[in-house]
Amino acid sequence: MKIKKVSRMISIDGDAVLNEALRSIKHPARRLFLERSLTLGSLSLLSGCAIVDEDSVEHALRRVSRFNDEVQAWLFDPKLLAPTYSEAMITRPFPFNAYYGEDEIRQVDAEGYRLEVTGMVADKHSWTLAELRDLPQTDQITRHICIEGWSAIGKWGGVNFADFLARVGADKTAKYIGFKCADDYYTSIDMPTALHPQTLLTLSYDGQPLPPRNGFPMKLRMPTKLGYKNPKHIQAIFVTNTYPGGYWEDQGYNWFGGS
Amino acid sequence: MADTPKPIHPIWLRLTHWLNALAVVILAMSGWLIYNASPFFGITFPVAITLGGWLGGAILWHFAAMWLLAASGLAYLLCNALSGRLRSRFLPLSFRAVLADLRAASRGRLTHDDPGRYNAVQRAAYLLVMVDAVLLILSGLVLWKSVQLPLLRELLGGYEAARRVHFIAMAVMVSFALIHVIMVALVPRSLLTMIRGR
Repeated sequence: MKIKKVSRMISIDGDAVLNEALRSIKHPARRLFLERSLTLGSLSLLSGCAIVDEDSVEHALRRVSRFNDEVQAWLFDPKLLAPTYSEAMITRPFPFNAYYGEDEIRQVDAEGYRLEVTGMVADKHSWTLAELRDLPQTDQITRHICIEGWSAIGKWGGVNFADFLARVGADKTAKYIGFKCADDYYTSIDMPTALHPQTLLTLSYDGQPLPPRNGFPMKLRMPTKLGYKNPKHIQAIFVTNTYPGGYWEDQGYNWFGGS
Repeated sequence: MADTPKPIHPIWLRLTHWLNALAVVILAMSGWLIYNASPFFGITFPVAITLGGWLGGAILWHFAAMWLLAASGLAYLLCNALSGRLRSRFLPLSFRAVLADLRAASRGRLTHDDPGRYNAVQRAAYLLVMVDAVLLILSGLVLWKSVQLPLLRELLGGYEAARRVHFIAMAVMVSFALIHVIMVALVPRSLLTMIRGR
């Protein structure tokens, strides 16, 4: 008797499952992330299992993404350099990519520009573009890898970011460096990546002052991270232990975004 | 209990088989949507057969299911190798035997009466898909961590080459899965065997 009862309990009511799936397709109050992340394909995948609701799927996926942040931090070798290339291998033209179109590129006024540096730093003065250009400069020809899959080789020049952080007396035990940009973009990175020798406070592209499409007047270039972690038009840098998130990261992109 | 016959497929095999299958379905469907963001072979996948809704969602699925495939795939390979099943079921294998069985199959003369014994075509296909899964994981690692894994990256010819390797290995895996499902439809008993063990 007992065995029979159990087998009836675990048998799946096909109609109930279908109704549940149809209800969730029609339901108007689904959250943005779910509308975007759960297509009909995934619903049919999940519908065999009525106990899985969409909120717990989202929650589980985001937890794995945070676990992947930790794995990437553990894998990250602070001394390992990304490959560098010859001038001849530079991708021309270098692709433009942002959360907006190329016709909406922000124009930042060079004269009025001030880079704000705040948070866990000793020197909180704001930097003019001339002051940044007076610092020792270096350049690199490296591969930029986009989360979309494509990659392109470019030549960036500017100030070694670890040197800059040392100059402003940044607390290197802090967890995060956050960036706010003139195009309302924002993102944040981990301290070990900030101190990586190829992380560059970038002021030039291909030997010329950084063009607006590449993030004038200043961007952060990291060949150890995916493109969306490399903010353009940076206006403010802050050193913090409070997780700052990011424009894409808050919508579901992986935070570490390492390469 | 003592006279219960030994199952054709031990429990670890059935478990890892279905977990691997689930991981492969999720990885393929989400992977197609990731590929669509920047296609390189002049084709894109219909969104209706993809998983994730948008690039960020597809990546969340892909980079979660990769752990399932890694864990379950490794468990499968280890159990297979250590139990001796890999050798007893898949070897010996010769090119000539595969050709002969292919010829027999094309004439409808390939017998399939003993589910405990794989014919040469099955052996070749299952071994191929094992190697292909390893290649998928290695090329996927290069796409995920191309800077951190320089040796693997250079072995696969660099980041851009690894994208193509990953895609072609996916195509092999999906082709295998389609043929596999058709074969199961032709011999439905094999589905029961993979569920019940006998």
